[in-house]
Amino acid sequence: MTLISRRKLMTTGLAATAGVAGLTVAARLVQRYGLIPPDHCGIYGPGETLTYAAQRLLTTHSLAREFPRSMISKSPFANETPPPGDIFKRHQSTGFTDWRLLVDGTVSRPTSFSLSDLKSLSVRSQITEVACEEGWSYIAEWIGTPLIEVLNSVGLSPRARYIAYFSTDSEWWESIDMADAMHPQTLLTWGMNDGDLPVSFGGPLRMRVPRQLGYKSLKYVTRLTVTDSLKSFGKGLGSAEPENGYAWYAGI
Amino acid sequence: MSAAGSLPNPEIPRHTVIVRVTHWITVISFFALLISGAEIVISHPRFYWGEVGNVRTAPLFTLRIPSSRDTVPTGYGFVLPDQNGWSRYLHFQAAWAAVLTGLVYAISSLWTGHFRKNVLPVPADRTWRSYWDVFAKYLRRAPPDEAEAYSYNVIQRTAYLIVIFVLFPMVIWTGLAMSPAFDSVVPAAVNTLGGRQSARTLHLFVSAALLLFLVVHVAMVVLAGFRSRTRAMITGRVIVPEERP
Repeated sequence: MTLISRRKLMTTGLAATAGVAGLTVAARLVQRYGLIPPDHCGIYGPGETLTYAAQRLLTTHSLAREFPRSMISKSPFANETPPPGDIFKRHQSTGFTDWRLLVDGTVSRPTSFSLSDLKSLSVRSQITEVACEEGWSYIAEWIGTPLIEVLNSVGLSPRARYIAYFSTDSEWWESIDMADAMHPQTLLTWGMNDGDLPVSFGGPLRMRVPRQLGYKSLKYVTRLTVTDSLKSFGKGLGSAEPENGYAWYAGI
Repeated sequence: MSAAGSLPNPEIPRHTVIVRVTHWITVISFFALLISGAEIVISHPRFYWGEVGNVRTAPLFTLRIPSSRDTVPTGYGFVLPDQNGWSRYLHFQAAWAAVLTGLVYAISSLWTGHFRKNVLPVPADRTWRSYWDVFAKYLRRAPPDEAEAYSYNVIQRTAYLIVIFVLFPMVIWTGLAMSPAFDSVVPAAVNTLGGRQSARTLHLFVSAALLLFLVVHVAMVVLAGFRSRTRAMITGRVIVPEERP
Protein backbone atom coordinates (compact mmCIF):
# COMPACT_ATOMS: atom_id res chain seq x y z
CA MET A 1 0.00 0.00 0.00
CA THR A 2 1.50 3.31 -1.03
CA LEU A 3 1.57 6.32 1.22
CA ILE A 4 -0.94 8.20 -0.91
CA SER A 5 -3.58 5.49 -0.99
CA ARG A 6 -3.19 4.89 2.75
CA ARG A 7 -3.66 8.59 3.37
CA LYS A 8 -6.68 8.59 1.08
CA LEU A 9 -8.14 5.64 2.98
CA MET A 10 -7.63 7.42 6.29
CA THR A 11 -9.18 10.64 4.98
CA THR A 12 -12.20 8.83 3.58
CA GLY A 13 -12.61 6.82 6.78
CA LEU A 14 -12.35 9.89 8.99
CA ALA A 15 -14.76 11.86 6.80
CA ALA A 16 -17.29 9.02 6.81
CA THR A 17 -17.06 8.57 10.60
CA ALA A 18 -17.38 12.32 11.16
CA GLY A 19 -20.35 12.42 8.78
CA VAL A 20 -22.25 9.61 10.50
CA ALA A 21 -21.47 10.99 13.96
CA GLY A 22 -22.48 14.47 12.84
CA LEU A 23 -25.81 13.29 11.45
CA THR A 24 -26.59 11.31 14.62
CA VAL A 25 -25.82 14.30 16.84
CA ALA A 26 -27.80 16.59 14.52
CA ALA A 27 -30.89 14.34 14.59
CA ARG A 28 -30.79 14.26 18.44
CA LEU A 29 -30.40 18.04 18.68
CA VAL A 30 -33.21 18.65 16.19
CA GLN A 31 -35.54 16.47 18.27
CA ARG A 32 -34.58 18.04 21.56
CA TYR A 33 -34.54 21.71 20.61
CA GLY A 34 -37.11 21.87 17.80
CA LEU A 35 -34.75 23.22 15.17
CA ILE A 36 -37.02 22.97 12.13
CA PRO A 37 -38.73 26.22 11.01
CA PRO A 38 -42.38 26.06 9.89
CA ASP A 39 -41.40 27.04 6.32
CA HIS A 40 -38.94 24.14 5.95
CA CYS A 41 -40.69 22.69 2.89
CA GLY A 42 -39.70 23.59 -0.65
CA ILE A 43 -36.36 24.12 -2.38
CA TYR A 44 -35.07 26.65 0.16
CA GLY A 45 -35.95 24.43 3.13
CA PRO A 46 -32.42 23.07 3.69
CA GLY A 47 -30.83 26.54 3.87
CA GLU A 48 -33.62 27.91 6.07
CA THR A 49 -33.38 24.93 8.41
CA LEU A 50 -29.60 25.27 8.69
CA THR A 51 -29.94 28.99 9.48
CA TYR A 52 -32.72 28.56 12.03
CA ALA A 53 -31.07 25.55 13.70
CA ALA A 54 -27.69 27.29 13.91
CA GLN A 55 -29.31 30.41 15.36
CA ARG A 56 -31.29 28.44 17.93
CA LEU A 57 -28.19 26.60 19.10
CA LEU A 58 -26.17 29.84 19.30
CA THR A 59 -28.56 32.68 20.07
CA THR A 60 -31.33 31.46 22.36
CA HIS A 61 -30.37 33.76 25.26
CA SER A 62 -28.16 36.41 23.69
CA LEU A 63 -29.22 40.05 23.87
CA ALA A 64 -29.63 42.32 20.84
CA ARG A 65 -27.25 45.26 20.85
CA GLU A 66 -28.52 48.27 22.78
CA PHE A 67 -27.27 51.76 22.01
CA PRO A 68 -26.56 54.95 23.96
CA ARG A 69 -29.27 57.63 23.95
CA SER A 70 -27.03 59.81 21.76
CA MET A 71 -27.38 57.30 18.92
CA ILE A 72 -31.19 57.53 18.70
CA SER A 73 -32.00 58.46 15.07
CA LYS A 74 -33.11 62.09 14.69
CA SER A 75 -35.19 61.19 11.64
CA PRO A 76 -36.39 57.59 11.84
CA PHE A 77 -38.15 56.20 8.79
CA ALA A 78 -41.64 54.78 9.30
CA ASN A 79 -41.83 52.89 5.99
CA GLU A 80 -45.10 52.47 4.15
CA THR A 81 -47.97 51.46 6.40
CA PRO A 82 -51.23 49.84 5.40
CA PRO A 83 -54.21 52.20 5.60
CA PRO A 84 -55.58 51.55 9.09
CA GLY A 85 -59.27 51.64 8.06
CA ASP A 86 -62.44 53.03 9.64
CA ILE A 87 -62.43 51.02 12.86
CA PHE A 88 -58.82 52.05 13.43
CA LYS A 89 -59.68 55.71 12.79
CA ARG A 90 -62.46 55.53 15.42
CA HIS A 91 -59.91 54.13 17.93
CA GLN A 92 -57.52 56.90 16.93
CA SER A 93 -60.17 59.59 17.53
CA THR A 94 -60.70 58.36 21.10
CA GLY A 95 -56.98 58.14 21.85
CA PHE A 96 -57.00 54.32 21.68
CA THR A 97 -58.71 54.08 25.08
CA ASP A 98 -60.81 51.17 23.78
CA TRP A 99 -57.91 49.36 22.09
CA ARG A 100 -57.77 45.75 23.24
CA LEU A 101 -55.14 43.03 23.06
CA LEU A 102 -56.77 39.60 23.24
CA VAL A 103 -54.49 36.81 24.48
CA ASP A 104 -55.87 33.31 23.85
CA GLY A 105 -54.85 29.81 22.81
CA THR A 106 -53.23 27.30 25.17
CA VAL A 107 -53.36 29.55 28.25
CA SER A 108 -55.20 29.06 31.55
CA ARG A 109 -57.00 32.43 31.48
CA PRO A 110 -57.67 33.96 28.06
CA THR A 111 -57.59 37.71 28.72
CA SER A 112 -58.30 40.97 26.95
CA PHE A 113 -55.87 43.74 27.92
CA SER A 114 -56.32 47.49 27.50
CA LEU A 115 -53.22 49.60 26.95
CA SER A 116 -53.34 50.77 30.57
CA ASP A 117 -53.62 47.13 31.73
CA LEU A 118 -50.39 46.44 29.85
CA LYS A 119 -48.70 49.55 31.26
CA SER A 120 -49.58 48.57 34.82
CA LEU A 121 -48.26 45.03 34.29
CA SER A 122 -44.61 45.88 33.68
CA VAL A 123 -42.58 48.49 31.82
CA ARG A 124 -39.26 48.10 30.13
CA SER A 125 -37.49 50.29 27.62
CA GLN A 126 -34.64 49.61 25.27
CA ILE A 127 -32.70 51.52 22.63
CA THR A 128 -32.40 49.11 19.72
CA GLU A 129 -32.09 49.20 15.95
CA VAL A 130 -34.86 48.40 13.51
CA ALA A 131 -33.24 46.80 10.47
CA CYS A 132 -35.37 46.27 7.38
CA GLU A 133 -34.73 43.36 5.04
CA GLU A 134 -34.34 45.98 2.28
CA GLY A 135 -31.15 47.20 3.95
CA TRP A 136 -32.01 50.45 5.75
CA SER A 137 -32.19 50.92 9.51
CA TYR A 138 -32.75 53.35 12.38
CA ILE A 139 -32.34 53.40 16.14
CA ALA A 140 -35.13 54.34 18.54
CA GLU A 141 -36.00 53.95 22.18
CA TRP A 142 -38.84 51.46 22.52
CA ILE A 143 -40.99 51.45 25.64
CA GLY A 144 -43.35 48.61 26.31
CA THR A 145 -44.38 45.57 28.30
CA PRO A 146 -42.23 42.45 27.98
CA LEU A 147 -44.21 39.77 26.15
CA ILE A 148 -43.18 37.20 28.75
CA GLU A 149 -44.91 39.23 31.52
CA VAL A 150 -48.14 39.21 29.52
CA LEU A 151 -47.85 35.47 28.88
CA ASN A 152 -47.09 34.70 32.53
CA SER A 153 -50.11 36.71 33.67
CA VAL A 154 -52.47 34.52 31.63
CA GLY A 155 -50.93 31.20 32.69
CA LEU A 156 -48.70 29.93 29.92
CA SER A 157 -49.09 26.24 29.10
CA PRO A 158 -45.89 24.18 29.13
CA ARG A 159 -47.01 22.83 25.75
CA ALA A 160 -46.67 26.30 24.21
CA ARG A 161 -44.18 26.34 21.34
CA TYR A 162 -45.14 29.42 19.32
CA ILE A 163 -46.87 32.76 19.76
CA ALA A 164 -48.89 33.87 16.73
CA TYR A 165 -49.77 37.58 16.67
CA PHE A 166 -52.25 39.42 14.53
CA SER A 167 -52.74 43.03 13.40
CA THR A 168 -55.85 45.00 12.46
CA ASP A 169 -55.11 44.02 8.87
CA SER A 170 -56.01 40.34 8.51
CA GLU A 171 -53.32 39.97 5.87
CA TRP A 172 -50.57 40.83 8.32
CA TRP A 173 -49.84 38.32 11.03
CA GLU A 174 -46.64 36.86 12.42
CA SER A 175 -45.36 34.27 14.85
CA ILE A 176 -42.25 33.62 16.91
CA ASP A 177 -40.95 30.60 18.80
CA MET A 178 -40.66 30.45 22.59
CA ALA A 179 -36.97 31.43 22.55
CA ASP A 180 -37.97 34.82 21.14
CA ALA A 181 -41.28 34.99 23.03
CA MET A 182 -39.57 34.53 26.41
CA HIS A 183 -36.66 36.78 25.48
CA PRO A 184 -36.38 39.81 27.80
CA GLN A 185 -36.08 42.24 24.85
CA THR A 186 -39.26 41.10 23.11
CA LEU A 187 -41.70 43.88 23.98
CA LEU A 188 -45.29 44.78 23.28
CA THR A 189 -44.39 48.37 22.55
CA TRP A 190 -46.68 51.34 23.22
CA GLY A 191 -44.06 54.10 23.57
CA MET A 192 -41.24 55.41 21.44
CA ASN A 193 -38.54 57.97 22.28
CA ASP A 194 -40.24 59.13 25.51
CA GLY A 195 -43.68 59.64 23.87
CA ASP A 196 -46.62 57.54 22.74
CA LEU A 197 -45.83 55.20 19.85
CA PRO A 198 -46.85 57.13 16.70
CA VAL A 199 -49.36 55.46 14.40
CA SER A 200 -46.85 55.51 11.51
CA PHE A 201 -44.46 53.44 13.63
CA GLY A 202 -47.13 50.93 14.61
CA GLY A 203 -48.97 52.70 17.43
CA PRO A 204 -50.87 52.10 19.59
CA LEU A 205 -49.28 48.66 19.96
CA ARG A 206 -46.39 47.09 18.11
CA MET A 207 -44.50 43.87 18.73
CA ARG A 208 -40.76 44.48 18.93
CA VAL A 209 -38.47 41.52 18.25
CA PRO A 210 -35.08 43.26 18.05
CA ARG A 211 -33.07 40.13 17.23
CA GLN A 212 -35.00 39.72 13.98
CA LEU A 213 -35.51 41.96 10.96
CA GLY A 214 -38.17 44.67 10.95
CA TYR A 215 -40.99 42.63 9.45
CA LYS A 216 -41.27 40.48 12.59
CA SER A 217 -42.01 43.70 14.53
CA LEU A 218 -45.67 43.70 13.54
CA LYS A 219 -47.64 46.95 13.77
CA TYR A 220 -51.19 47.46 15.23
CA VAL A 221 -51.24 44.25 17.27
CA THR A 222 -54.71 43.23 18.46
CA ARG A 223 -54.41 39.55 19.33
CA LEU A 224 -51.88 36.95 20.52
CA THR A 225 -52.53 33.23 20.25
CA VAL A 226 -50.38 30.75 22.15
CA THR A 227 -50.10 27.43 20.34
CA ASP A 228 -48.12 24.20 20.15
CA SER A 229 -48.36 24.08 16.35
CA LEU A 230 -48.62 26.61 13.53
CA LYS A 231 -50.12 24.13 11.07
CA SER A 232 -53.68 25.45 11.40
CA PHE A 233 -52.69 29.11 10.97
CA GLY A 234 -53.04 30.41 7.40
CA LYS A 235 -51.30 28.06 5.02
CA GLY A 236 -49.35 26.48 7.88
CA LEU A 237 -46.06 28.15 6.95
CA GLY A 238 -45.76 30.05 10.24
CA SER A 239 -46.82 33.55 9.24
CA ALA A 240 -48.03 35.75 6.42
CA GLU A 241 -44.46 36.37 5.22
CA PRO A 242 -43.69 32.87 3.83
CA GLU A 243 -47.05 33.06 2.02
CA ASN A 244 -45.62 36.15 0.29
CA GLY A 245 -42.29 34.43 -0.39
CA TYR A 246 -40.31 35.71 2.63
CA ALA A 247 -38.61 33.60 5.30
CA TRP A 248 -40.46 32.96 8.57
CA TYR A 249 -37.29 33.27 10.64
CA ALA A 250 -35.83 36.74 10.12
CA GLY A 251 -32.82 36.71 12.47
CA ILE A 252 -30.91 35.66 9.33
CA MET B 1 7.70 29.18 -13.07
CA SER B 2 10.37 27.36 -11.19
CA ALA B 3 7.52 25.31 -9.76
CA ALA B 4 7.26 23.63 -13.11
CA GLY B 5 10.89 22.56 -12.98
CA SER B 6 10.00 18.96 -12.23
CA LEU B 7 8.41 17.03 -15.03
CA PRO B 8 4.66 16.55 -14.53
CA ASN B 9 3.57 12.99 -13.99
CA PRO B 10 0.59 12.30 -16.30
CA GLU B 11 -0.76 9.80 -13.77
CA ILE B 12 -1.30 12.52 -11.17
CA PRO B 13 -4.33 14.66 -12.06
CA ARG B 14 -3.82 18.40 -12.61
CA HIS B 15 -6.52 19.07 -10.01
CA THR B 16 -7.51 16.62 -7.26
CA VAL B 17 -11.09 15.46 -7.11
CA ILE B 18 -11.74 17.60 -4.00
CA VAL B 19 -10.43 20.73 -5.75
CA ARG B 20 -12.57 20.01 -8.84
CA VAL B 21 -15.79 19.24 -6.96
CA THR B 22 -15.45 22.17 -4.53
CA HIS B 23 -14.52 24.48 -7.44
CA TRP B 24 -17.74 23.77 -9.34
CA ILE B 25 -20.00 23.85 -6.28
CA THR B 26 -18.44 27.23 -5.48
CA VAL B 27 -19.10 28.40 -9.06
CA ILE B 28 -22.81 27.52 -8.77
CA SER B 29 -23.11 29.02 -5.26
CA PHE B 30 -21.29 32.18 -6.29
CA PHE B 31 -23.61 32.80 -9.23
CA ALA B 32 -26.64 32.23 -6.98
CA LEU B 33 -25.18 34.68 -4.43
CA LEU B 34 -24.39 37.23 -7.14
CA ILE B 35 -27.85 37.21 -8.72
CA SER B 36 -29.76 37.15 -5.42
CA GLY B 37 -27.41 39.75 -3.94
CA ALA B 38 -28.03 42.09 -6.87
CA GLU B 39 -31.78 41.62 -6.42
CA ILE B 40 -31.52 42.52 -2.73
CA VAL B 41 -29.48 45.65 -3.55
CA ILE B 42 -32.21 46.76 -5.97
CA SER B 43 -34.68 47.05 -3.07
CA HIS B 44 -32.49 49.79 -1.56
CA PRO B 45 -29.68 50.93 -3.89
CA ARG B 46 -28.40 53.49 -1.37
CA PHE B 47 -25.32 52.84 0.75
CA TYR B 48 -24.37 54.42 4.06
CA TRP B 49 -21.54 54.49 6.55
CA GLY B 50 -21.91 53.90 10.29
CA GLU B 51 -24.65 52.20 12.26
CA VAL B 52 -27.87 53.50 10.70
CA GLY B 53 -29.03 54.78 7.34
CA ASN B 54 -32.35 55.20 5.56
CA VAL B 55 -33.98 57.42 2.94
CA ARG B 56 -34.10 60.25 5.48
CA THR B 57 -30.33 60.23 6.10
CA ALA B 58 -27.52 61.18 3.71
CA PRO B 59 -26.10 58.26 1.74
CA LEU B 60 -22.39 57.62 1.24
CA PHE B 61 -23.26 56.91 -2.40
CA THR B 62 -26.25 55.83 -4.45
CA LEU B 63 -26.26 53.35 -7.32
CA ARG B 64 -27.98 55.00 -10.29
CA ILE B 65 -30.42 52.15 -10.85
CA PRO B 66 -34.20 51.85 -10.41
CA SER B 67 -35.51 50.29 -7.20
CA SER B 68 -38.09 47.64 -6.33
CA ARG B 69 -39.53 49.90 -3.58
CA ASP B 70 -41.51 53.09 -4.13
CA THR B 71 -40.15 54.54 -0.86
CA VAL B 72 -36.67 54.93 -2.36
CA PRO B 73 -36.07 58.09 -4.41
CA THR B 74 -34.22 56.95 -7.55
CA GLY B 75 -35.13 59.52 -10.21
CA TYR B 76 -36.79 56.80 -12.25
CA GLY B 77 -40.52 57.03 -12.86
CA PHE B 78 -41.18 53.34 -12.27
CA VAL B 79 -40.77 50.68 -9.58
CA LEU B 80 -39.35 47.23 -10.32
CA PRO B 81 -41.16 44.09 -9.12
CA ASP B 82 -40.29 42.92 -5.59
CA GLN B 83 -37.95 39.92 -5.82
CA ASN B 84 -36.54 40.02 -2.29
CA GLY B 85 -38.39 37.00 -0.91
CA TRP B 86 -36.86 34.25 -3.05
CA SER B 87 -33.64 36.27 -3.38
CA ARG B 88 -33.10 36.20 0.37
CA TYR B 89 -34.01 32.50 0.65
CA LEU B 90 -31.60 31.71 -2.22
CA HIS B 91 -28.86 34.02 -0.90
CA PHE B 92 -28.66 32.28 2.48
CA GLN B 93 -29.03 28.77 1.06
CA ALA B 94 -26.23 29.46 -1.45
CA ALA B 95 -24.16 31.03 1.35
CA TRP B 96 -24.46 27.81 3.37
CA ALA B 97 -23.43 25.77 0.31
CA ALA B 98 -20.46 28.07 -0.32
CA VAL B 99 -19.32 28.16 3.32
CA LEU B 100 -19.63 24.39 3.88
CA THR B 101 -17.86 23.72 0.56
CA GLY B 102 -15.17 26.22 1.52
CA LEU B 103 -14.69 24.42 4.84
CA VAL B 104 -14.29 21.05 3.09
CA TYR B 105 -11.81 22.65 0.68
CA ALA B 106 -9.81 24.43 3.39
CA ILE B 107 -9.60 21.45 5.76
CA SER B 108 -8.71 18.98 3.00
CA SER B 109 -6.19 21.41 1.54
CA LEU B 110 -4.42 21.76 4.87
CA TRP B 111 -4.48 17.98 5.23
CA THR B 112 -3.09 17.23 1.75
CA GLY B 113 -0.68 20.15 1.61
CA HIS B 114 -2.52 21.64 -1.39
CA PHE B 115 -2.08 25.18 -0.08
CA ARG B 116 1.66 24.71 0.50
CA LYS B 117 2.31 22.88 -2.78
CA ASN B 118 0.00 24.59 -5.25
CA VAL B 119 -1.19 27.92 -3.85
CA LEU B 120 1.59 29.43 -1.75
CA PRO B 121 4.22 31.01 -4.05
CA VAL B 122 7.27 28.77 -4.16
CA PRO B 123 10.16 30.23 -2.09
CA ALA B 124 12.24 31.11 -5.17
CA ASP B 125 9.35 33.16 -6.55
CA ARG B 126 8.78 35.32 -3.49
CA THR B 127 10.53 38.35 -5.02
CA TRP B 128 9.27 41.46 -6.79
CA ARG B 129 11.39 40.36 -9.71
CA SER B 130 9.33 37.15 -10.14
CA TYR B 131 6.09 39.11 -10.02
CA TRP B 132 7.45 41.54 -12.59
CA ASP B 133 8.65 38.75 -14.92
CA VAL B 134 5.22 37.13 -14.98
CA PHE B 135 3.50 40.47 -15.30
CA ALA B 136 5.75 41.50 -18.21
CA LYS B 137 4.93 38.23 -19.91
CA TYR B 138 1.22 38.97 -19.55
CA LEU B 139 1.85 42.44 -21.01
CA ARG B 140 3.60 40.94 -24.02
CA ARG B 141 0.54 38.70 -24.31
CA ALA B 142 2.86 35.75 -24.71
CA PRO B 143 1.03 32.41 -24.79
CA PRO B 144 1.40 30.41 -21.56
CA ASP B 145 4.26 27.92 -21.72
CA GLU B 146 3.55 24.25 -21.28
CA ALA B 147 4.56 24.22 -17.63
CA GLU B 148 1.70 26.59 -16.82
CA ALA B 149 -0.78 23.90 -17.78
CA TYR B 150 0.50 21.95 -14.76
CA SER B 151 1.26 24.61 -12.20
CA TYR B 152 0.32 28.16 -11.22
CA ASN B 153 2.69 31.09 -11.59
CA VAL B 154 3.37 33.52 -8.76
CA ILE B 155 0.68 36.05 -9.76
CA GLN B 156 -1.96 33.36 -10.04
CA ARG B 157 -0.94 31.94 -6.67
CA THR B 158 -1.11 35.36 -5.05
CA ALA B 159 -4.53 36.05 -6.57
CA TYR B 160 -5.87 32.72 -5.28
CA LEU B 161 -4.36 33.36 -1.84
CA ILE B 162 -6.12 36.73 -1.65
CA VAL B 163 -9.44 35.24 -2.77
CA ILE B 164 -9.25 32.26 -0.39
CA PHE B 165 -7.81 33.94 2.70
CA VAL B 166 -8.93 37.58 2.40
CA LEU B 167 -11.97 38.09 0.16
CA PHE B 168 -14.00 34.98 1.07
CA PRO B 169 -13.49 35.42 4.85
CA MET B 170 -14.30 39.14 4.48
CA VAL B 171 -17.49 38.54 2.51
CA ILE B 172 -18.66 35.97 5.10
CA TRP B 173 -17.80 38.28 7.99
CA THR B 174 -19.49 41.38 6.51
CA GLY B 175 -22.52 39.25 5.60
CA LEU B 176 -22.85 37.74 9.08
CA ALA B 177 -22.45 41.22 10.58
CA MET B 178 -25.79 42.14 8.98
CA SER B 179 -27.60 39.40 10.95
CA PRO B 180 -29.22 40.95 14.03
CA ALA B 181 -29.32 37.57 15.79
CA PHE B 182 -25.67 36.76 15.03
CA ASP B 183 -24.68 40.22 16.25
CA SER B 184 -26.48 39.56 19.53
CA VAL B 185 -23.93 36.79 20.23
CA VAL B 186 -20.88 38.44 18.62
CA PRO B 187 -21.47 42.22 18.78
CA ALA B 188 -17.81 42.79 17.86
CA ALA B 189 -18.52 41.32 14.40
CA VAL B 190 -20.47 44.44 13.46
CA ASN B 191 -19.01 47.00 15.88
CA THR B 192 -15.44 46.57 14.61
CA LEU B 193 -16.67 47.28 11.07
CA GLY B 194 -18.11 50.60 12.21
CA GLY B 195 -21.76 49.55 12.39
CA ARG B 196 -24.48 47.77 10.47
CA GLN B 197 -24.54 50.11 7.45
CA SER B 198 -20.72 50.03 7.16
CA ALA B 199 -20.92 46.22 7.13
CA ARG B 200 -23.50 46.38 4.32
CA THR B 201 -21.37 48.80 2.28
CA LEU B 202 -18.22 46.71 2.82
CA HIS B 203 -20.19 43.58 1.81
CA LEU B 204 -20.90 45.30 -1.52
CA PHE B 205 -17.24 46.30 -1.98
CA VAL B 206 -15.88 42.82 -1.21
CA SER B 207 -18.51 41.28 -3.49
CA ALA B 208 -17.39 43.67 -6.25
CA ALA B 209 -13.77 42.58 -5.68
CA LEU B 210 -14.83 38.92 -5.98
CA LEU B 211 -16.72 39.76 -9.17
CA LEU B 212 -13.61 41.48 -10.54
CA PHE B 213 -11.60 38.35 -9.73
CA LEU B 214 -14.20 36.22 -11.53
CA VAL B 215 -14.06 38.37 -14.66
CA VAL B 216 -10.24 38.36 -14.80
CA HIS B 217 -10.11 34.65 -13.95
CA VAL B 218 -12.48 33.70 -16.78
CA ALA B 219 -10.69 36.06 -19.20
CA MET B 220 -7.35 34.41 -18.40
CA VAL B 221 -8.84 30.94 -18.79
CA VAL B 222 -10.15 31.96 -22.20
CA LEU B 223 -6.75 33.38 -23.21
CA ALA B 224 -4.90 30.27 -22.01
CA GLY B 225 -7.32 27.93 -23.82
CA PHE B 226 -10.85 27.64 -22.50
CA ARG B 227 -11.37 24.02 -23.52
CA SER B 228 -8.14 22.61 -22.16
CA ARG B 229 -8.23 24.56 -18.87
CA THR B 230 -11.91 23.80 -18.26
CA ARG B 231 -11.39 20.15 -19.17
CA ALA B 232 -8.59 19.99 -16.59
CA MET B 233 -10.92 21.39 -13.93
CA ILE B 234 -13.63 18.84 -14.83
CA THR B 235 -11.73 15.63 -15.57
CA GLY B 236 -8.49 16.50 -13.82
CA ARG B 237 -6.43 15.59 -16.88
CA VAL B 238 -4.24 17.83 -19.00
CA ILE B 239 -4.16 16.97 -22.69
CA VAL B 240 -0.65 17.40 -24.09
CA PRO B 241 -0.89 20.62 -26.06
CA GLU B 242 -0.41 20.62 -29.82
CA GLU B 243 2.82 21.95 -31.27
CA ARG B 244 2.96 25.71 -31.35
CA PRO B 245 4.40 27.50 -34.37
